Amino acid sequence: MDQYEVLWAGFGGQGVMVAGQLLAYTGIKEGKNVVWLPSYGPEMRGGTAYCTVVISDSRIGSPIITNPRAACVFNRPSFDKFTPRIKPGGLLLVNSSLIDVTTDRDDITEVLVPANKMAIDAGSPKATNIAMLSTFVGATGVVEYDNLLATLEEKLGKKKDLLEINRKVLEAGFKLGKEAVKGKSAGRKVKA
Amino acid sequence: MHTEQATKTIFQRPESLSETVTHYCPGCTHGIIHRLVAESLDELGLREQAVGVAPVGCSVLIYNYFNTDFLEAPHGRAPALATGFKRIRPDMTVFTYQGDGDLASIGMGEIVHAANRGEKITVIFVNNAIYGMTGGQMAPTTLEGQITTTCPHGRDTTQTGQPIRVAELLSTLATPAYIERVSVHSPMHIIHAKKAIRQAFTYQKDSVCFSLVEVLSTCPTNWGITPTEATKWLEENMFGYYPLKRFKQPMTEEGA
Amino acid sequence: MAKILMKGNEAIGEAAIRAGATNYFCYPITPQTEVAEYLARRMPEVGGVFLQAESEVAVGNMLFGAAATGRRVFTTSSSPGISLMQEAISYIAGAQLPCVLLNIMRGGPGLGGILPAQSDYFQATKGGGHGDYRLMVLAPSSIQEAVDLTMDAFPLAEKYRNPVMIIGDGMIGQMMEPVEFPDEVDKGDPATNEGWAATGARDRKPRVIKSLYLDPYKLEENSYVLHEKYEQMKQHEVRYERYKISAKNDLLIVSYGTMARICQTAIDELEQEGVSVGLFRPITLFPYPEKELRKEIEARNVKNVLVVEMSCGQMLEDVERVVQGVKPVTFFGRTGGIVPSPEEAKEQIKNMIKKPTRAKKASKATAKKQAAKKKSSKRQRKDA
Repeated sequence: MDQYEVLWAGFGGQGVMVAGQLLAYTGIKEGKNVVWLPSYGPEMRGGTAYCTVVISDSRIGSPIITNPRAACVFNRPSFDKFTPRIKPGGLLLVNSSLIDVTTDRDDITEVLVPANKMAIDAGSPKATNIAMLSTFVGATGVVEYDNLLATLEEKLGKKKDLLEINRKVLEAGFKLGKEAVKGKSAGRKVKA
Repeated sequence: MHTEQATKTIFQRPESLSETVTHYCPGCTHGIIHRLVAESLDELGLREQAVGVAPVGCSVLIYNYFNTDFLEAPHGRAPALATGFKRIRPDMTVFTYQGDGDLASIGMGEIVHAANRGEKITVIFVNNAIYGMTGGQMAPTTLEGQITTTCPHGRDTTQTGQPIRVAELLSTLATPAYIERVSVHSPMHIIHAKKAIRQAFTYQKDSVCFSLVEVLSTCPTNWGITPTEATKWLEENMFGYYPLKRFKQPMTEEGA
Repeated sequence: MAKILMKGNEAIGEAAIRAGATNYFCYPITPQTEVAEYLARRMPEVGGVFLQAESEVAVGNMLFGAAATGRRVFTTSSSPGISLMQEAISYIAGAQLPCVLLNIMRGGPGLGGILPAQSDYFQATKGGGHGDYRLMVLAPSSIQEAVDLTMDAFPLAEKYRNPVMIIGDGMIGQMMEPVEFPDEVDKGDPATNEGWAATGARDRKPRVIKSLYLDPYKLEENSYVLHEKYEQMKQHEVRYERYKISAKNDLLIVSYGTMARICQTAIDELEQEGVSVGLFRPITLFPYPEKELRKEIEARNVKNVLVVEMSCGQMLEDVERVVQGVKPVTFFGRTGGIVPSPEEAKEQIKNMIKKPTRAKKASKATAKKQAAKKKSSKRQRKDA
């Protein structure tokens, strides 16, 4: 892997910033270069928030990413805003619990993730971002599953109950992501 | 025995004052106030740990007249400098010496917040109701009807507001402080002023609270009258509006 | 020590503490408030001074008083706040005190915006406050470099007894990158500053820390003392980075901070397309790497020089000063919080190589700006 860019977007409070950070932490664990760049300002206060994460084996140039290889969108405004920006051949992860549309683009792979449902089924809606993150990692293999789990334990391990829920979601998401892209080429819609 | 008695020192320059001759005008009370500050530092044994902060105004050159370390501040900012210094060196004695333009006009923000934070510094505030160094312009403490070069027909309070009573204003803050207004236009008042200034430094020495002494002062040059007349003018005009009083003191055993 | 992921604002705060600067005065302003929030928590842990002042005017002056103690002191702010500190900065430089200031730049003038910009270059490098003085100005382009430069800034400030300003655009404050804090850090020693700090007139003559010299000969003398320090900085403190500069270069880019990294990506991509572009990145903006840049330009066969900034062209004037007409100097910039994408930079570079004339580029850039504006207003209508 040379360089991978992924954008995380959703409402403030959905944990998109944390999802990006957990990915960045895991990248460091693997000795990679990472940059996490948030949008900041009034939009952080309840509106649409987003961040980009770049993971690379070599020195990272621009922290600004106009056209990422993947976007993980948690809500409809983010879907509308960022779907057109994904690089051809790229990946779109849609939180299908809240977004009831799919893209017309046929040059990207779209994976529908019932992230809220997965989180609630596991025991807490707070794990929505973990559902998205783990599905992303399963689909792309940008970082190793074990390392992601280790990051989760380090960063979110203080609350044992929540860690257990997150662990469950992590496993389910990873499997989902891996299955979703197995043998699928770009343009195929993948529903979970 | 007789010889020794004959040479006994009964009055001398405080160690905290240097031998430099001041530039102040005849009849100006800065010299007296400097001396009272210096005597207090000497008596409390604070000279070697004292740092003064000079204002912009007539007393900008105060650092030439003191035998202590000094910082020279931008106009009005002395309490901010004093804060920065004292926070890092609470073991040292930090005082500002500011006029009415410096403290009550351009530096109003800094003094209010320093007082409100309860910075353990001592502020000597000299109020002569006029700008001295720039040549007699209206100050925030200029009295209603008082003539200055920028209110040649007398201060019109409908346009410029009423004179600001700094001691009263700062006393409204809830943070504990020692605030007193004194005058130095007569020997009796000087004795009382000395007590107040010394008390202010004592509170700092004991790390008790913020302390400010407002000293009513004369400015014969810019008031356009003789020193004798100035003393009279101060008593007749300033005492009514700026009452001499201890406005605030911290709750301590000796505080009463 | 292992690498940890940190936000620029927090990493800079931590770097300052580790450099022995445990005295911090601040006022909240976006996009650097996280430094204050971080240090509000960290300073008590290390027994340091943390104080939120009533204004940036007060912050600057608290820094002035604090610097007089001979201890390491610093503040952080963003553009409008730094403007309010200019009074104190001028006094501190005049009084020859060391201190460190961080400006996480946002768009201006006035209240401007809160997004990244580099439009305070003039303010930082050419004065800002009144009088004949300079700041040493350091411009990091990554969080690790921000950490390293913060740690270097304190000894540099002490060496020259002059304020050092670190300037970064909003991204430097907001982005997270892995950082490593060195184990051995110069924490400074107040005892070495006994010769000039206000420590009380014990067993020595009273000391006055001031910038007032009513005698013009004395004031001129003080200005020459300052001037000599700036000459020394030019001799000894210049820092810069060269990226892919070679004899094959069709174009040489001069850019600093995060903008230089965006150019770097554009350069890498252009290299794939067979276009050779080099990058000269000044790290010290004052002292400016004059001789070094001039040498690169004279030694290479580059047809022209392109300056890229997030401003309307401020460092451009320094580059023009250095190049002195030897090669054409062209400019590309976006400002007001617009950060050019690598794609946009690439496009500009290609155009420059084709037709290296400044006037045309300027008009093209303007057209592009107008187009962008139109586009955004269209978008707004659609939303409405």
